[in-house]
Amino acid sequence: MTVETTELSLPSRIDTVATAAAAVAEFISRSGISDDAAFGIDMAVREAVTNAVLHGNSQDETKVVDITLKSSPEAVEISVHDQGPGFNPSEVPDPTAAENILKTSGRGIFFMRSFMDEVDWSIRPGGGTTVRMVKRR
Amino acid sequence: MAELNIDERQAGDVTVLDMNGKITIGEGSVALRTAIRRLLEEGKKRILLNLAGVGYIDSSGIGELVSSYTAIGKDGGQLKLLNLTQKLQDLLTITKLLTVFDVYESEAEALNSFK
Repeated sequence: MTVETTELSLPSRIDTVATAAAAVAEFISRSGISDDAAFGIDMAVREAVTNAVLHGNSQDETKVVDITLKSSPEAVEISVHDQGPGFNPSEVPDPTAAENILKTSGRGIFFMRSFMDEVDWSIRPGGGTTVRMVKRR
Repeated sequence: MAELNIDERQAGDVTVLDMNGKITIGEGSVALRTAIRRLLEEGKKRILLNLAGVGYIDSSGIGELVSSYTAIGKDGGQLKLLNLTQKLQDLLTITKLLTVFDVYESEAEALNSFK
């Protein structure tokens, strides 16, 4: 298997979440990944793109969400880049802590970490935040 | 076709919502919120969500379930869940929400639990 890469640039709208998920589903269907792993990747991508649209770009349609998909013999890697100011993931409260269980938001990053093998964030030199997620085969 | 279809039926004083589709950010979450608000306005406070047809839910949808649960509880009512798919059950397990929601696999058992 060779390394395959696809790049997408999508507007900062809620419907971009479904567009991105469909594109990722099509991409990973060619990569021979298991159904369980595909479910987890789908969840993680939806949450990452939701965060990019809502929190990163604040639904500002002059800003875009860039997504890079890479498939290699070892793993599938997905990067989602927004043009927002960034945040500190260590400051995001644990949604499973007793005081947070009944909160109506704050589970997206938890799902990303639950379903992917690696999740990390970085600030791009030109601005914006990139979340990189890896699912190993 | 709508992202989430909700059919309402009455079983005694319990309102059952048969849900089919996805509860995700945008249309699906809004459809659930609208349905619950309308039932509360109509004074229907005993609500059973039949989730057998919900194949997918994201964090926004789970947040909407929590929001529904607390809104109904504050109004003196009860929200219970029926027929979770394995995926939804897994998500509620890892978020520890399975300890919060009253969940049933049998509709008769669920309806009896409201009495």
